[in-house]
Amino acid sequence: MTVLSTAIFLPSLVALVLAVLPRATDRLVARTWIAACAVDLALLLTLWAGYDRGLDHETNLTWIPSVGAGYHVGVDGLSLPLLALTGVLFLACAVSSLRRTRRLRAFAALFLALQTVCLGLFAALDLLLFFVFFDLSIVGMYFVIAGWGHGDNVRSALKFFLYTFLGSLALLLGFIALYLGAEPHTFDMVELTRTPPLADSPGPAALALLAIGIGLAIKTPVVPVHTWLPPAHTDAPAAGSAVLAGILLKMGAYGLVRIAMPMLPEAWRRYAWLIIGIGLVSVLYGALVALAQENVKRLIAYTSVSHMGYIVLALGAAGAVAGDAAAHRLAVTGAVTQMVSHGLITGALFLLSGVLYDRGHDYAMGRYGGLAGRAPVFAGLMTVAAFASLGLPGLSGFIAEFQIFTGAIGGGTTWAAVAGAVAVLGVLITAGLFLRLLHRTLLGAPGPLTGRMTDTRAHEVLAVAPLLLLSLVIGVAPRFLLDLIEPASAAVVSLVAR
Amino acid sequence: MTMMNENPADLLPELLLLGAAVLGLLAGLFLPRRRQWAVAVLCAVGPIAGLVAAALPVGDADLTTFDAFAIDPITHAVRLTVLGATLLVLALAAGPMRGNARETEAYVLILLASLGTIAMAAASDLLVFVAAYLLASIPAYALAGFAKDARGTEASMKYFLMGALLGIVMLAGVTLLYGVGGGTSYETLREGLGEAPGGVVAVGVVALFAGVSFKAGAVPAHHWVPDVTEGAPPVVAAFVTTVPKVGALAAAFRIAQEVLAGTAVDWRLLVAVVAAGTMTLGNLAAFAQTNVRRLLAYSTISQAGYLLVPVAVAGRTDLAEPALLFYLAAYAVTNVGAFAVVVAWGGDELSDHAGLVRRSPALALSLAVCLLGLIGTPPTAVFVGKVLAFAAAIDGAYTWLAVVAAVNTVASVFYYLRWIAPVFGRAPAERRPIAGETLVIACTAAVLSVVLGIGSGVAFTLG
Repeated sequence: MTVLSTAIFLPSLVALVLAVLPRATDRLVARTWIAACAVDLALLLTLWAGYDRGLDHETNLTWIPSVGAGYHVGVDGLSLPLLALTGVLFLACAVSSLRRTRRLRAFAALFLALQTVCLGLFAALDLLLFFVFFDLSIVGMYFVIAGWGHGDNVRSALKFFLYTFLGSLALLLGFIALYLGAEPHTFDMVELTRTPPLADSPGPAALALLAIGIGLAIKTPVVPVHTWLPPAHTDAPAAGSAVLAGILLKMGAYGLVRIAMPMLPEAWRRYAWLIIGIGLVSVLYGALVALAQENVKRLIAYTSVSHMGYIVLALGAAGAVAGDAAAHRLAVTGAVTQMVSHGLITGALFLLSGVLYDRGHDYAMGRYGGLAGRAPVFAGLMTVAAFASLGLPGLSGFIAEFQIFTGAIGGGTTWAAVAGAVAVLGVLITAGLFLRLLHRTLLGAPGPLTGRMTDTRAHEVLAVAPLLLLSLVIGVAPRFLLDLIEPASAAVVSLVAR
Repeated sequence: MTMMNENPADLLPELLLLGAAVLGLLAGLFLPRRRQWAVAVLCAVGPIAGLVAAALPVGDADLTTFDAFAIDPITHAVRLTVLGATLLVLALAAGPMRGNARETEAYVLILLASLGTIAMAAASDLLVFVAAYLLASIPAYALAGFAKDARGTEASMKYFLMGALLGIVMLAGVTLLYGVGGGTSYETLREGLGEAPGGVVAVGVVALFAGVSFKAGAVPAHHWVPDVTEGAPPVVAAFVTTVPKVGALAAAFRIAQEVLAGTAVDWRLLVAVVAAGTMTLGNLAAFAQTNVRRLLAYSTISQAGYLLVPVAVAGRTDLAEPALLFYLAAYAVTNVGAFAVVVAWGGDELSDHAGLVRRSPALALSLAVCLLGLIGTPPTAVFVGKVLAFAAAIDGAYTWLAVVAAVNTVASVFYYLRWIAPVFGRAPAERRPIAGETLVIACTAAVLSVVLGIGSGVAFTLG
């Protein structure tokens, strides 16, 4: 068992132990959960520390030899940041769920299983394996929302399941098309990247990209297939929202970089304009709709649509024909940085909104007011998270978005440049909506629910603060992250340019 | 080239099954009522020994015995699947049937029907196929009315009338094919039908498939499925919705591959349309069901639709055969698992299952695994089956059918989740006794479904 496989399956193993452990008190469960997450994070950091270049820590076992599918995992500059993000965010969720969680044992077991699924997806180098984890993440999140959510949670969970499951099946059809297009037939991602399938049949390649694109677009999500996201977020428990937005949404964007771009380079280049367009619409539409929200969680959910739009825009720009390779590299690096940054910041925002709900049992921002006086620590954390999310320099969002805009505008094609320039408007709207959020909740006269608010407790601070601190570190000294991502994004860009 | 011989030892699994049935029947005549459990044990020995005997020749060269019985990968896989599923059903039946006045008959009928099922799949001659069809059907009619209550009798009646009617239609089809093909053995027909008039062959093929679709529970011969599933005892429902389907679909595949591949009739489109109709109709009808057995009945109809997908592309892609055979095994295990939960818990309405997780976490988890398995969620076995079936459809130039199947799969999520969601809900379930052995069967099936999915690579190297 390699370090990577251990890191992937350790959480599930602990989940099994928790499930069969007789007489497990909540205290014991919480400690075991946090310890497991901490050990897992340590393992992932060892992987990062020992990483040099290219594909590392590979394991390739045969699984279904007759269709060329295997248990093939490994890490590189694209997957390592997301693996580390997964480790960090799940640890934060474990810490934040310490108190007031119903049926803690089942909750912990579910989250640990979900952690295995997320880690497995980012490490997968086999399409079928990728798909298995992709689908299991839907099942896991369904139970999180249905079992621990609030409001109309069963309905939201069902909508989430149906919608994303439809996407996953479209994805599966696309994967099968790739499999059948490859000679010899294989699901191995490394093989498929080396010799892109369907290279001389543009029609099937376009269809495959369409199927894969639909699947990943629903998960990402982009306009117009984002409608499952707001209800799912609103009715999920805080930790569930944090993982959903922080990790699960990245699966879509990650799939675009890992699968769609390198395996269908020609089709990606041909339809780059469409991808840029979808990204741009998501950026603006998501931000505008977020501006109109009264519900804090819905607001954050819609900003996610907008932020994921930047990623899609950047990846589309990287496929612009006859562009400048350096700018394309910048765009892809920005996109991957944005995945990490958005995971940290949105995770923090959702955990903070969970604090709000815990006290007032309501998300309506108009019913809170003047919280800065009653809960200064909460107000401080909220402010930092909001500023990070709107892309203030010195925080990770800025680094990511700056690279995306520069990459898109400098990409060498007029329409990509125009799209990039228009997308900058998204930052402005986001700034407006976050300032409105801060204004309505933290400042001004106390609202009807302000009296119920108490300041953040130690475990809540302990969950949120590290996420924001990491965002700050990336914002101030991003080299450690960019050094990891840049070679990988250069590789992706050269693969797309084939 | 397949070899021919007349060695009875090649039919050892079938002979063991027959032997167990006969011995069970005889023993049942002499044993007093309270000792009838011994018959269950005796009858279980048949499939157990059969499994061993069926596993031994796996991997050997293909051969045909008595000119009418093919022993090849299809037969191997069907033998293992049917014997395994029969064993699970027998274990499931042992509890509810204990002390029943006709306990022995139940076990014996189950064994005979599964013998007929295997013979259907292995037949390489239409006359043997017809005989096997009758052997697989008649015990099942009797089983459906086993409880002797009004609903069971009605179900049995409907089952029998439909089976008899479609059986006769099928016989007419066989007669036509014999007339124009110059024989009944698949090999003769393959050559004979090439030059035969297309119209007659088409009518014959449609009539032949009428009987097959009755056994498979496919549209338009599916009407018996919900009534029998709801009216018959749950154990019988588990059996008739699972085992005969395996034989019927494998037989359809064999006929398509070995007889029809060379004919001018566009049977592929026919099968594809039936497949699309079956899965769609099954899913749409399942939406509104509040009775879990009716829900499972329509679920098995929709599964028959997915299972017909590889049949439509038989002979056109190498993926079709492994897809069908693996999917059949996966479906059999998962479906029996879902019925085992119904038997164990005893609730027929969806609302009876609310909060089941509080009463028996193991049972609730088994149900979730089996239902998610029927959806085709990884890493369960049906997922692998579905991937292969989709791949076979696309490779066989039936991409639209793969898309229809995928859309149907999404639609099916809705009704399976309608069942899963309340199971994990907050409502406290009423207390019911859960028999230990049925619980074990349910868990075994759920575990098997996952193990078969993860270990699918091993299963393929054997096949």
